[in-house]
Amino acid sequence: MRAVIIATLTAAALVAGCATTPEEQSPAKVEDRAAGKPAAVETKPIARVDLTGKPAAGSPLKDPNNILSKRSIYYDYDKFEVKDEFRPLIEAHAKYLRENPGAKMLIQGNADERGSREYNVGLGQRRSDSVRRALMLLGAKENQIESVSLGEEKPVCTEHAEDCWAKNRRGDMLYGGEY
Amino acid sequence: MQALLPRFCAFLGIVLLLAAPLARAQLSIEITGAGAPRMPIAIAAFPGEAALGPGITSIVRADLERSGLFRGLEIPPLAPAPTEVSNVNYAEWRSRLADALVLGSVAVRPDGRYEVRFRLYDVVKQASLGGVAYTLSKEQVRATAHRIADFVYEKLTGEKGVFSTRIAYVVKRGNRFELQIADADGAGEEAALVSFEPIISPAWSPDGRKLAYVSFENKKPVVYVHSLLDGKRNVVANFRGSNSAPAWSPDGSKLAVTLSREGGSQIFLINADGSGLRRLTSSAAIDTEPRFSSDGQWIYFTSDRGGSPQIYRMPAAGGEPQRVTFEGSYNVTPRLSPDGKTLAYITLNEGKFQVALLDLSNRQVQIITDSDRDESPSFAPNGRMILLATVLGGRGVLSAVSSDGRVKQRLTVTAGDVREPAWGPFIE
Repeated sequence: MRAVIIATLTAAALVAGCATTPEEQSPAKVEDRAAGKPAAVETKPIARVDLTGKPAAGSPLKDPNNILSKRSIYYDYDKFEVKDEFRPLIEAHAKYLRENPGAKMLIQGNADERGSREYNVGLGQRRSDSVRRALMLLGAKENQIESVSLGEEKPVCTEHAEDCWAKNRRGDMLYGGEY
Repeated sequence: MQALLPRFCAFLGIVLLLAAPLARAQLSIEITGAGAPRMPIAIAAFPGEAALGPGITSIVRADLERSGLFRGLEIPPLAPAPTEVSNVNYAEWRSRLADALVLGSVAVRPDGRYEVRFRLYDVVKQASLGGVAYTLSKEQVRATAHRIADFVYEKLTGEKGVFSTRIAYVVKRGNRFELQIADADGAGEEAALVSFEPIISPAWSPDGRKLAYVSFENKKPVVYVHSLLDGKRNVVANFRGSNSAPAWSPDGSKLAVTLSREGGSQIFLINADGSGLRRLTSSAAIDTEPRFSSDGQWIYFTSDRGGSPQIYRMPAAGGEPQRVTFEGSYNVTPRLSPDGKTLAYITLNEGKFQVALLDLSNRQVQIITDSDRDESPSFAPNGRMILLATVLGGRGVLSAVSSDGRVKQRLTVTAGDVREPAWGPFIE
């Protein structure tokens, strides 16, 4: 009997408590605010961490009218110096790398098919190293650029003639997310 | 005359062979140049061999003929068919012009396996040169035939045969690159690695269990060591820049590799597990294609430090390089013969890339191929033949040439470009 009374009282107290709570949390506060100075609307920016590395849509790297969309440098037979005609391209990419210190670049050097595959890896490396050096002289940071060689292994043109070989003696600049 | 009664099997060899691959003969071999006078040898069909499927004696004969040193004689069916326990009628075999004779038999064992016994005879001296017995399963016919051919070859030439060795090469089919392992005769091809990115420079570990190679699967060259039995792959060199041109030290503990991590292409030494990197060359040139001499004392390599690519050598611990090739403007890809006396390499000769041999004692150079886009010469472990890649009709093919240049063979694959051959070591 006594237990029943306690239980009932307890339940009653709980019900009472429940009933009173909403009244304590005031809709009045809203009215307070409206009455005071208007609060400035603040939105905190979200710092985007992009592990895909893909340049966002609208990136100058993807704009066909922007020189930055051009990525290839061609070489003469057995040569690895960047020819003058490619200076504007190198300068544009160096500027992009300077202005986007988070940007990473992989330079793949290529060689034509003649001769030893491994020696051609060496020739391709010389070409990619020369592009890397040129970019760094123009302010790109060492840790932004890796220069590697694909030797003669990834030809874009497969005829066995000089026209084709000229297309394969090439350095390609790829940005993070593009390889 | 019949005094030499053939005594039964001088010794009995029970061979535990690795599970032989299914024989998918993808490479076929054609002998395109004849050599010196070849020894006529009669290999009589082994009674009972039909039960084994592919003719074991025809594989033995093909092996021996491929060496360029033997000519298999046509033998009409004999009745009664002679076996290794028959009395040999030397006069009769002499009249068939045989200098050597192989007789044998095949029997089914109670456990369902087979037993092949054979004996080799010197018909001129009228003497037995010994014989062997092998037990095998049906899948091991090719491997057994290669062992018989090795036995015959060694007894008759005094040199070890290479018919039981294996070769590695890369086939490009469409946009796929396959690192293939096959018997030395091109049969039993099995892919160890298939990739959508190029694979180059396979190099056998001295024990024949592993291959080092360069794979471009990470959009740059990286050196791997690949265990053939279980397919486990370990990255040995994946430094910033390019990693390429692996070469095993003769004891299998180290690899010489070409790295661009410090700028340019330079040769480094690294432990086979990827630890203990040490730089060996320091030049502003391309230094690449390292290769140890078989005594481990020297590393031969390609360098353009003199203005054109030439072959140099340096002490294996590093040190002052010495120039080795002088004739011509393009000499690359040094490969030492197993006895260390000869250097094979690729030379640009009147617009043609061809295989040259340099006798290291008298400095004589001999060009031993007549093709024009040769690459990657590779000595057989007995030094008699050199396997190479060349281009025929616009397609990559493998070719083999005897080290005297007299015997030439072509290995063609049914579809695809074949390149980057590497002849494996003797397997004990």
